[in-house]
Formats: sequence, structure tokens, C-alpha cells
Amino acid sequence: MQNNQPEIAIETKNLFIFYGSFAAVSEVNIKIEKQKVTAIIGPSGCGKSTLLRAFNRMNDFVPSSYVTGEILLQGQNLYSKNIDPVEVRRKIGMVFQKPNPFPKSIYENISWGAKINGFKGNMDELVEQSLRGAALWDEVKDKLKKSAYELSGGQQQRLCIARTIAIQPEIILMDEPASALDPISTLRIEELMQELKQNYTIIIVTHNMQQAARVSDYTAMMMLEKDGSRSGTVIEFSETKRIFTNPKDKRTEDYVTGRFG
Amino acid sequence: MTYIASKMNQLDLSKKFRPGESLIQALLFLAGFLSIFITLAIVYELGKEAWLFFGNPDVTFAKFFGTTTWQPGIGHFGIWPLVTSTLITSLIAMVVSLPLGLAVALYLSEYASPKARSALKPILEILAGIPTVVYGYFALLFMTPLLQKIFGEGVGVYNMASAGIVMGIMILPLISSMSEDALSAVPRALREGAYAMGATKFETSIQVVLPAALSGIGAALIIGISRAVGETMIVAIAAGSGPNFTFNPFKAAETMTGHIARISGGDLSYNSIDYTSLFAIALMLFLVTLVLNLVSQAVINRFRQRYE
Amino acid sequence: MNHSHYPKDDSFRVSLNGRYRIANLWQGLFFSALVIAILSLVALLYNVVDGAFGYVAYEYKHAPSEFTAKPLDQLNKQELLELLKTNLSSGAYKKLDNDKPMGERSKSVLVTLVLERLFQIDTKQTWSMTDSILHSNDIKAEVADKYPKAILEFRSWLTPVFLTTPMSSKAEFAGVRTAILGSLWMVGIAILFALPIGTGAAIYLQEYADKNFINRIIQTNINNLAGVPSIVYGMLGLAIFVRTFEGFTSGSMFGVTDSNGRTVLSAGLTMGTLVLPLIIINAQEAIKAVPDSLRQAAFGVGATRWQTVWHHVLPNALPGILTGSILAVSRAIGETAPLIVVGASTFISVDPSGPFSKFTALPIQIYQWTTRAQSEFHSIAASAIIVLLILLLTLNATAVLLRNRVQRKY
Repeated sequence: MQNNQPEIAIETKNLFIFYGSFAAVSEVNIKIEKQKVTAIIGPSGCGKSTLLRAFNRMNDFVPSSYVTGEILLQGQNLYSKNIDPVEVRRKIGMVFQKPNPFPKSIYENISWGAKINGFKGNMDELVEQSLRGAALWDEVKDKLKKSAYELSGGQQQRLCIARTIAIQPEIILMDEPASALDPISTLRIEELMQELKQNYTIIIVTHNMQQAARVSDYTAMMMLEKDGSRSGTVIEFSETKRIFTNPKDKRTEDYVTGRFG
Repeated sequence: MTYIASKMNQLDLSKKFRPGESLIQALLFLAGFLSIFITLAIVYELGKEAWLFFGNPDVTFAKFFGTTTWQPGIGHFGIWPLVTSTLITSLIAMVVSLPLGLAVALYLSEYASPKARSALKPILEILAGIPTVVYGYFALLFMTPLLQKIFGEGVGVYNMASAGIVMGIMILPLISSMSEDALSAVPRALREGAYAMGATKFETSIQVVLPAALSGIGAALIIGISRAVGETMIVAIAAGSGPNFTFNPFKAAETMTGHIARISGGDLSYNSIDYTSLFAIALMLFLVTLVLNLVSQAVINRFRQRYE
Repeated sequence: MNHSHYPKDDSFRVSLNGRYRIANLWQGLFFSALVIAILSLVALLYNVVDGAFGYVAYEYKHAPSEFTAKPLDQLNKQELLELLKTNLSSGAYKKLDNDKPMGERSKSVLVTLVLERLFQIDTKQTWSMTDSILHSNDIKAEVADKYPKAILEFRSWLTPVFLTTPMSSKAEFAGVRTAILGSLWMVGIAILFALPIGTGAAIYLQEYADKNFINRIIQTNINNLAGVPSIVYGMLGLAIFVRTFEGFTSGSMFGVTDSNGRTVLSAGLTMGTLVLPLIIINAQEAIKAVPDSLRQAAFGVGATRWQTVWHHVLPNALPGILTGSILAVSRAIGETAPLIVVGASTFISVDPSGPFSKFTALPIQIYQWTTRAQSEFHSIAASAIIVLLILLLTLNATAVLLRNRVQRKY
């Protein structure tokens, strides 16, 4: 569906994220385009992961955390009272910083999420498709019954991606997915993201600016507020090309050219 | 591929009614709450019968705390003989277990090599795992004859000293493991600071590490006392069967717990003064150990906060 | 710089040597405390073993020659049966036959019956193992002098027969079968009651509970319950299970009529209440050890709380939870005081047949026999202690093996 008006997958409106009385992230207004890779970059401790986890309500598990403002998925605010967080996570999948496969077989790692979400089709087919989708099939097709812990770190992370796409989410969140991996595994994950965006919207947090430049279409630059409140916010959000070549904000320019700090 | 509840374009994110989830959560909460119910049941049941006991017109405050004979069946309600023997046996137990337990803890945490420690600790765990009735056998058939050999005729077949000493051996592993935890929680930096000023290992452990761990060791002491006061089988077997108001540790005297065990082991009819009096004693035991445990826990929590 | 008030090098060294001497002295003292602890354990174990073996001097009330010409151990089963049938009163024989048909009993049991019922052993004196070995000749002389008719025999009180025989009022023929079965019933009921509830409570506290007031109270309360003296649990069991719920625990609700509330069911529930806090605390530790990344992974693919717990947290915490419950079982098997209060029978020779049976337990028998005056009862108490300690050792070894077999997966 080619259209001049970009289609929006998810957007935040005046979003604040609090831990108790401390606003970890404040006033974020961004629109994430469908079937594109959007990177969130910024110095450590500026609330990148917190913002990412707000998209599928993983912050619910942090006691005393709450949000104000809205995150809209197809017009529905994810934080309104009648929204079920389990349904949200089913539609917005997540890949974590460190590979965290279940201590089960490779096959079960993928089938479990499908099973609990009521998948009724051919499970073998789903497992194969998901593994192919994560560019892992050829490496594991002969040892599906083996423990996922026998895979290398890079393979484990791709398994976690396969596990996520098996439940067919709308959006995939990736929290520094390659930070624990070697350069070759990192490259494979990055290539994979380019394929995945044919079907999925991807939001990735990375502390690696080169990676953001390589893989993303849009970039959100986060910084701590200047007022000394230790609260992070998005200071600039636009096409990645622009962020890296012609940023509007002086702080963005300093950061991407390495003069930050 | 087919998911039942997924439509391609219209997302349904509304709250689902999951009766199973709610039911399970409710059941789990009940399981957790049962522990509160157990405490309430203890307080209620002990309190109810104790109330009947103290409500008896013959049981006056003056008699209870003012006289020294305990025989509720025939109207003697002086609690002191049971209290003094409980205190004496507990005191003896602490005199044995505190210095020994502390010394063992110091040796294990400051001196022993990791290899020696891993070989020695299971021995203490075995000591801690032996049922108290076995300690009772040991007290009556080993410690008492030993005391008789050392101190001669004055030592009774049943006596508080033997029960107290063996109780001390029983509590030793508890004291040593809690003290060792406290000692090893003292930061390395503190030790290194002392070494860097030219202190010997002994000076460091006694003058720097030990004071820093003192509140943790205090907590161990308090828990130890609570254990000694509540311990039943050793005193029931070796300390004597019959209340006796005496301060001579070589004489027989029944403790609060020993008294409960002996009387309840016999024919006991509900609603008799013997029955209600046991609950009054048990209530006192419960309250004393509760306060000791709470204090010890508070001390440990404060100790932890300091070094975390 | 000021003139130094510290000692000069050589005198410092002298004082340092002094400090080292003191340090070594104290290190020796610390070590000797450890030696005392180990010696206590050795003394305790030795004392038990010492009591379970040794010389015993006994007489027969009725000489064997009154019944049979052959020595007892040369009689075959048929002859033994014949011997019992002719010499016991017919009523007594019928009663034995009713308990268990005589023909089905093993030869060693029949020999025991002949000794107990016909010859009627009368134990005069027993000696500890150490005395028996070191002063063998003195003992022989003493027996020959004091009990000229007595037979002196080195005997192990701990025998296979001891394990399989029910109670008896005579130490020589008493066994721990009833007590072991009672202990097993009691522990079985306790764990059936405490394991599901304890695991449930631990799951609630670790996986569901917010840090609010009520949950903090629950946690503090559990820690305190773990420190309540066991005899207080006995009083609770007496008041609630034995008395208030008598209709349930005696089985009269289910048509059992010959019992009061002092049943193995009451004992099991009391013991279950006692070990509940231990099970909860251990299960909490096991659940805490399951890494958070696993929960996040499950939530990330849209699992509900319970799906996450049931499919991922529990299976990975299970070995730890089981280890904790084995430790709770070994605590329950050794506990004595609550059973006395709840009303274990002191003399019972019938195996427990169900939850509404009267019962005795291994530690109860040890307590009973230890407090008897005659030394032969101390010998069987020592034998029962050995049985109890072996049981506990097996349980704890299982727990340790279980703990070590769980490879650290994450």
C-alpha cells in the first residue's frame, strides 16, 4: 500500500513516565511510522529503555511506576483503564538486551508463546516460518529438540526474535539487541532488521550511533533535560539522515559528532 | 496461520475477563494469608484458655507472682518455680553457646581456609539437625553422669545444669552460623584499613571486625535465648519432672516447657484448671519468644542497612 | 619533625613478637571451641552407639528344658509352631493367630514368641559397648557372682526384628515398627497439607504481592512463625485440631466411632502448621533464584502472570522447593514436643491404618524409653535413635544430592 501520507503505527502524546515522584521521562511526543525502523539514541541514563518499555507496558512490573499522557495504537490509548496489558504485549513484542531464551528446547521456545495465545494452526509450520524469518532455520533445523542454551549468543538472540515474530505482533521493540553480541552476530541482527521491516514496525534502542545510522529510517534523540531534574526527553525526532547530517539541535550535533560530554 | 482472537485490522486490546487468573490469584493470596490466620489462632486459642485461667477467682495476681509453689490442681498458683528454672537452664545454655559459638564463628570467618570451612561447616550443620529428643538422651545418659563424676554426690539424676549445658551445645550451631554471617558482612575495606595500619590479624578481627558485627551477634544472642526458652525435650528429659523453686543448678526443677509436656502427656481433661493453666504458660512462652524474635529481626534489619 | 614517641625498631620488634604470641594464643582458643563442638558431636553419637550394643545378663523364668530337649535354634518352623500351640493357652494362641495367622509368620518371629511367651526372659543387667569390650572379664566375674543362673550374651539391640516388631512392654521384645509407620503417616499428612499451601504462599509473596502494608505484615509474620517454640504449635494443635475440629480429626464425621481427636491426622496437621513457615521461606528463596529475564521473556510474548509462573517460574524453582520440603520433612520427623501435647499414644502395638488411627512416633518412643529407669530401655532408646538418625541422614543426603544435581542453567 503506497501512500504519500505516511501511516502511523504508534504515537505518544505528552507522555511522562514516573518512578514514584521522579519523572524519568518527560513530555515525549513522537509518531512512529509503520514498517520502518525507528532508533532511540542518547547518552546512558537518559531514559531510552524506560521509554521503549512504556510501549508494551513492561514498566508495569516496576513498583511505583506510572505514566501520564497517552500512547496511541490505532487510536487506542494503551494506558487507558480498559486496556489489558497482556493483549498489549501480544501485539507489541519485545527483544531484550541480553538473549533470554527459555530453558526449553528450541522448538518449545517458539511454540510456547503461540500456544498460550491460542494458536490453532500447524505448529511445525509456524516454528519453521518464524525461524526462517529470523534467519536461523538453516542453523537449527536439525536440532529443534535440543536445548536453546546450546546455541551461541547471537543464535539465541535470533531465536528470541523468532519467538517474537511467531506471535505475529504489530510492532517489535528491541532494547539494545546486539549489545551483548560479537561484531559478526551484530551484523546478522542488523541485516535481519532490514528484512523484518517489510512486515513489522521496529523500534530499537541503541547506544551505538553507527548502528542507528546503519539500520534506522527515523531517529529520536534523547537527552536529560537542561533544568537539572535528571529527567530524560526527546529533544529531536526526524529522519535518521537528517539527525546525522543536519541536526537542528546543537546538543544533537555535539552528541552525534562525538563532542558530547 | 490462524489465531482465534486476532482480526487483521481491528485491534482488540480491551481487558479480557480471565476468571482462572483471578481465581488463582485469590487462592494464592489465601495461602499467604493463612499464616496470619495461624498467628491469630495461636493468640486467640492461648488467650481464651489463659483468660479462663486468670478469670478463676482463686488465681490472684498476688498468688501468681507472690508465691513460689506451682500446683494448680490443689490451688497453688505461684509461677516462679517454672520461671526460675526456665531462666537458669537458658542462662547456662547461653553461657555455653555464646562464647563457643562466637569463637567458632571467628575461627571460621577470619582464620579458616575456604577448604577447611567447607569441611567444617557440615559438621555444625549435623549438630544443628539432630532432633532435640536425642539431645535429651545425651543429657540424661552422658552429661549427667559426667557431671556426677566431676562434681560428686551433689548432682541429682535430674538437674538443670546438665540440661542447660546440652541445650547450649544444641544452640551453638545457630549462634555460630548467625555470627559468621554478621562477621562476613563486615566490608573488606574495613579489614584492609586496619591491616594497612600495621594491625595483626587478631587485632583486626577483635578490635575492628567484631565491634562492627556486634549488632548481628546481638541478634544471634537474642534468637539463641528465644530458642533456649522454648526448647522442650532436653529439659523434659533431663531437668526434672516437678516444679521446684531452687537456684541450685545441680538440683532438679521443671521448666515451663517441661511442665507443659509432662502435664499434657498425661490424662488431661478439658476445662480443668490444669488444662487452662497450661495455656496460660504457653501464652507467656509465645509472647516472650515473639518479642525476642521481633527484636532480633529489627536488629538484623538495621545491621543489614548499614552495610548495603 | 617531632621526636618520635614510637618505640625504636628493635624494641618494636620485641613488642610485635608479643602481639603475635597473644594472637596465636587466641587463635588456638578459637580453634579449640571448634574442637569442643566436634567432640560434643562425637560424644553424642558415640554415646548412642555405646548404648545400642553390649553385654546383657538374663535369666529364663522357665527353663527351656521344661519345653524342649533340642536347643531353640535347631528347631524348625513346624516344631516351633507345635511348641507354641501345646504350651500357650488356647485363648492366647487364638488371639495371636487372629492378629496374624501363625503359619504366615517367619521363623525368627516364632523364636521371639517362644522366648517372650514361654521361656520368659528376665533381664538382670546390661552393659554399654565400651564396658563390654574393655572390662569383659570383670563383667563375667560379676555375673557369675551375682546371677549364677544368668546367661551372659553380647547383643546388638538394633536388629532387623527390632525394625519389624510392634511395641511391647518388655524391652527385649519391643520394636519400632508401629512408631516408624506412625511417623510416616504423620509426616505424609503434614507435607500434603503444608507443601501446596506453602508453595502457594511463596508464589503469592514473590510473584504477586505489591510492597504494601498487608504483604509486609504477612512476610514479617511468616518469619516470626518460624521462631515460635514447637510446643506452642502443640498447644495450638490440641486446641484446634484435637478439640475444636474433633468431629473431623476423629473421623466421627465420616462414621469412625472408636476414636477421639488424638489421631495421626491431628498430629499431621499440627506438624504441617509447624513446618509451613519453613516451606514458605525455602520456596521463596527458590523462586527468588529464578532470573527476572525469564519472566520478562514470557511477559514479552504476551503471557499472563499465571502462565509465566506455571510454565517458567515454578519448573525452574521446583528442585529448590523440593529440597526445602525435604528439610521440612526431616524437621517434622524429629519433632517430639508437639506430638506429646497433641496426644501421641505412649503404648500402642497396632499399626496405624488410616488418618483416624491412634498413633505413636519414633521420637515419642525414644522419649518414653529414655525416661524409663531400667537400662535395657535405654538400650532400645539408643537403637531407635540410630534408626531415626539414619532416616534423617538419608533425607538430608537426598536434599544435598538434589541441590547439587540442579545445574546452574542461567
